[in-house]
Amino acid sequence: MKKHVLLFLVLTLILTAVVPLAGCGSGVVINVFNWGEYMDESLIDEFEKQTGIKVNYKTYATNEELLAKMEAGGSSFDVVFPSDYAISEMIKRDMLLEIDFSNIPNFKYIDEKLKNPEYDPENKFSVPYFWGTIGILYNTDMVDDPVDSWDILWNPKYKGQILMKKDVRDSLGAALKKLGYSMNSTNDNELAEAKALLLEQLPLVNGYYGDEIRDFIANGDAAMALTYSGDAMDLYWEGFENISYGVPKEGTNVWYDSMVIPASSKYKKEAEMFINFMLDPDVAFRNSEAMGYTSPNTEAIKRMREEYPEVFELPAYWPDEEIIEKSDVYVDLGEYKAKYNDILTQILVD
Amino acid sequence: MQKAIKRVYMSIIFLFLYAPIIVLIVFSFNKSKSRGQWGGFTLDWYIDLFRDRQIREALYFTILIAVLSTLISTIVGTIAALGINNMTKIGRTVVLNMNNLPVLNPDIVTGVALMTLFISIRMELGFLTMLIAHIVFSIPYVILAVLPKLRQLNKHTAEAALDLGATPAYAMRKVIIPEIMPGIVSGALIAFTLSIDDFVISFFTAGTSATNLSILIYSMAKRGVKPTINALSTLMFLTVLILMLIINKKNDKGEDIII
Amino acid sequence: MQRRGRGRIAYPYVVWMAIFIVVPLFLILFYSLTEGDIHNIKDLKFSLNSYNRVLEPIYLKVIGNSFLLAGISTLICLIIGYPVAMIIANTDIKYRNLLLMFFLVPIWMNFLLRTYAWMSLLSPNGLVNRFLLWIGLPKLEIMPGKGAVLLGMVYNFLPFMVLPIYTVLSKIDKHVIEASNDLGGNSVTTFMRVILPLSIPGIVSGITMVFLPAVSTFVISGLLGGGKTPLIGDLIEQQFLSSRNWHFGSSLSIILMIMILISMAVMSRIDSSPEEERRKI
Repeated sequence: MKKHVLLFLVLTLILTAVVPLAGCGSGVVINVFNWGEYMDESLIDEFEKQTGIKVNYKTYATNEELLAKMEAGGSSFDVVFPSDYAISEMIKRDMLLEIDFSNIPNFKYIDEKLKNPEYDPENKFSVPYFWGTIGILYNTDMVDDPVDSWDILWNPKYKGQILMKKDVRDSLGAALKKLGYSMNSTNDNELAEAKALLLEQLPLVNGYYGDEIRDFIANGDAAMALTYSGDAMDLYWEGFENISYGVPKEGTNVWYDSMVIPASSKYKKEAEMFINFMLDPDVAFRNSEAMGYTSPNTEAIKRMREEYPEVFELPAYWPDEEIIEKSDVYVDLGEYKAKYNDILTQILVD
Repeated sequence: MQKAIKRVYMSIIFLFLYAPIIVLIVFSFNKSKSRGQWGGFTLDWYIDLFRDRQIREALYFTILIAVLSTLISTIVGTIAALGINNMTKIGRTVVLNMNNLPVLNPDIVTGVALMTLFISIRMELGFLTMLIAHIVFSIPYVILAVLPKLRQLNKHTAEAALDLGATPAYAMRKVIIPEIMPGIVSGALIAFTLSIDDFVISFFTAGTSATNLSILIYSMAKRGVKPTINALSTLMFLTVLILMLIINKKNDKGEDIII
Repeated sequence: MQRRGRGRIAYPYVVWMAIFIVVPLFLILFYSLTEGDIHNIKDLKFSLNSYNRVLEPIYLKVIGNSFLLAGISTLICLIIGYPVAMIIANTDIKYRNLLLMFFLVPIWMNFLLRTYAWMSLLSPNGLVNRFLLWIGLPKLEIMPGKGAVLLGMVYNFLPFMVLPIYTVLSKIDKHVIEASNDLGGNSVTTFMRVILPLSIPGIVSGITMVFLPAVSTFVISGLLGGGKTPLIGDLIEQQFLSSRNWHFGSSLSIILMIMILISMAVMSRIDSSPEEERRKI
C-alpha cells in the first residue's frame, strides 16, 4: 500500500515541477476570455512571440455566463468578446474601460458602417470581432419549400422536424419579427402575441436546444432550425452540400461580437495591444478563414473576396443589404429581460 | 438455464454501459468533425492533442487538482475520522451531520454557495479556490469511507501495542493505519474519481485563471465538441482500464476493491 | 479519558467545515431572504418575495417534475441494479473484481461526453434509429423527451445503486442462506425472507445515492430532454448564470435542500428499523 502512496507523491512532484503553471512567468499575463472555438489559437502563440506578453486563454459558452462571471467578481479579465446587447448592459453598468484608440491604429481597417453601433454609440468601448445574422438552417433533402420567411417555422408540414433555440431573445425574437414587431419589443401586448404564437408552434417543435443544433441538422435529425449564421458557415466549410441557410425576408437579428476591456483589467495597455494585433489585416484574414465567420475588417474581406469569392454568394456569410436594413440589433432590455425569461420558462414547462 | 439468463442479462447491461463509450472511441478516429457522420479514418485528432494548448492546460489542471485534492483530503479526512471516532456521542452526531451536508447537498448548491463565499471574502477565483472546493467535497467521502473501518477496529489491539511499550505514534503507524487502510484507499479513490469528473462545482469556483476538462468541454459546445476531446478521453479511458487490470492482476487474492 | 482527548484532532476539521460548509450555506440563506443589488450590502433588504415566487404554479410544476423524474429513475435503477449486484456478488471470487471493475470503469469517461454520446445514439436520425431502420424495425422516438432524460439519469447513476447493494450482498454470510435452504425454503422464500431484508441498508444507501444527483441534475435534462422538461437544477443554474437573480436562485436552492433533507430523514427511518437486526449479524 505504501508504494501506492509514494507513487502518488512522486507523481504530484513531477507534475508540479515539470509542467510549468500557466502564466507563472515573470512577464505580463493577460486574461483573454472568449467563446469556445472562436479563435485560431495559433494566432495567440504568434502574439506571445511578437510581444513577449503571455496570454491566459480561456473560453465560455454564453453571454450570460460571461456577464454572470464578470458581475460576480473574483476574477480579472483583460479582453472579452461579448455580443451587442451584453455590451450595452456592460456600458450602462460601468463594467468596461474606455479604449484608448491611439493604441489601436489598426482600427482604421474596421468597416465604417460598423463603427459607432447602437450599443456603443460613440464607439468608446468596443471593437468588432465577427458579425452575422440569425436565420433558418435547413436540410435541402428534407425541405422543398423556399426558406425565405419565418412562416416556414410554423408550417405544419414539418411537424416534429423543427428545432428552436433555447434562448429567449432568439426564439421570442423570431415570433416578434413574424408578427412584424421589433425584436427588442418591450410592449406587453406584443409579447403576449408572440408567446401565443410560440405556444401554437410548440406541437410542431422537436426540441429547444442550445448549441447542439448544428450537429442535429448535420446529422439529419431535424429538417430546419433557428440558429446563427456561424453554424451554417461551419457546416459549409466542412463540406455539407445538403445544408443551406436562409435569412427571412421580414428581417432578422444582426449580431456583433466585439472585443472589450472589462473594468477589472490590470493590463489595459497590453489588452489594447492584443486588440490591435487581432485587427492586423493578415491576422484578421487568417482568423476569419480558420473560423469561417464574417470579419468586420475591410482588408480581411478583400482577401476573402480574392481567395474565396464563392462564400459571398451565401446569405450566411454575406446577407442581403435589404434584409439587414429591416433587421434589428439586440439592445439591452434592462429590467424587462426578466419578462422575456419568464415567457420562455412558461412555454417550456407547458 | 439460469446461468444463460444471467449471462444475457449482464451482456445487455454491459452493452448499455459501453454503448456511448464505444461511440466516443469510434468517433475519435473520424475525419468529419460532426457527430454521427463518418468521414473516414484518421489519427489527426490524436496528433492535434499535442498541439492544442487549451486541452493541454485543462488536462494539467484536471490532474493536478485531482492529485492534490485527493492527497490533502485523504490525509485530513483520515485524521478527522480518527478524531470523530473518539468523540462523545453528541459531538459525533453534530460533526457527522455537518460532514454529510456536502454529500447530501446538490452539487449546484455547494458550488454556488462556495462561489458566494469566495466572492464575499474577496478571494480571487482560480486554482486555489477550485482546489479548496474540491477538498471541501472530497473530505466527507473519505471520512465516510474510513469511519466504518475504525468502528470495526479492535480497540484492544491498539491498547496492547501501547502496553507493550509502543509510542502512540508507533501504534498508529504500525497497528491502526494498516487496519483501516482499505477504508483510506477507497476514500482516496472516491475523492480522485469525483475530482476528475466534477463539472458543476468547478464551473462555479474556477474563475478565469484555472479550468478543467469538463469546463472546457462545456464551453466547446457552441461550435461542437472537437473530436480532439474524444481522442483525449479515449486515451484516458484506456489508461484507467489498463491500470485497473494491473491492480486486479496483482490483487488476485480476491480482496474487495471498492471504489 | 485518553480516548476523549484524542477527539481533539478532529477540531481543525470542524473549523474547516464551519468556514467552507456552514458559512456558505448561511450566505445562500441570507440571499434567499433578501432582495436588491447583491454587490451593495446596504442596498439589501429583507424580503420573502423570492419564496413567494417559488410558490407560483409554474415553478411548483418544475419542482414536481424534478422529484417525479428522479423518483422514477431511482426505481428503474433499483429494478435493473439489484439483479446486477446479486449476479456480481454471486460470481466466483476470481472474476468478481474483474466484473466489478468493468462495471465501474465507464464512470471514468467524462460525464458530459457520455451524455453527448447518448445524444448521437438516440437522436431522431441517430445511430440507434439507423440501426433499427437497417434491420427493418420502426424508429424509436424517445429523444427529445422524458424517456431520454430518464435513460440518461439511469445510465449515469446506475453504478451508485449497484455498488452499495453489492457491498451488502457480498458480506451476507453464506451460511445464513444455506440454513434457509436447509430449512426447506425455496429460492424465492430465501430471497424474500433472508436476502432482501438483509440487503435493505444497501438498497437505502443506493436509493439515496441515485435520487440525490438525479433530482438536481441540469445537464441531462437540457441535452436529452430538448429543453421541454426543465428541472429544478436547470432553474437554479439559469438564475445564477443567465437571469442573474441570485435571490431567486438561492430560494430555489434552499427549497431543494429542505426537500432533500426531508426525503433523507424519511429514508433513514426506513433504514433504522432493521439496524438492530443487522448489528446482530
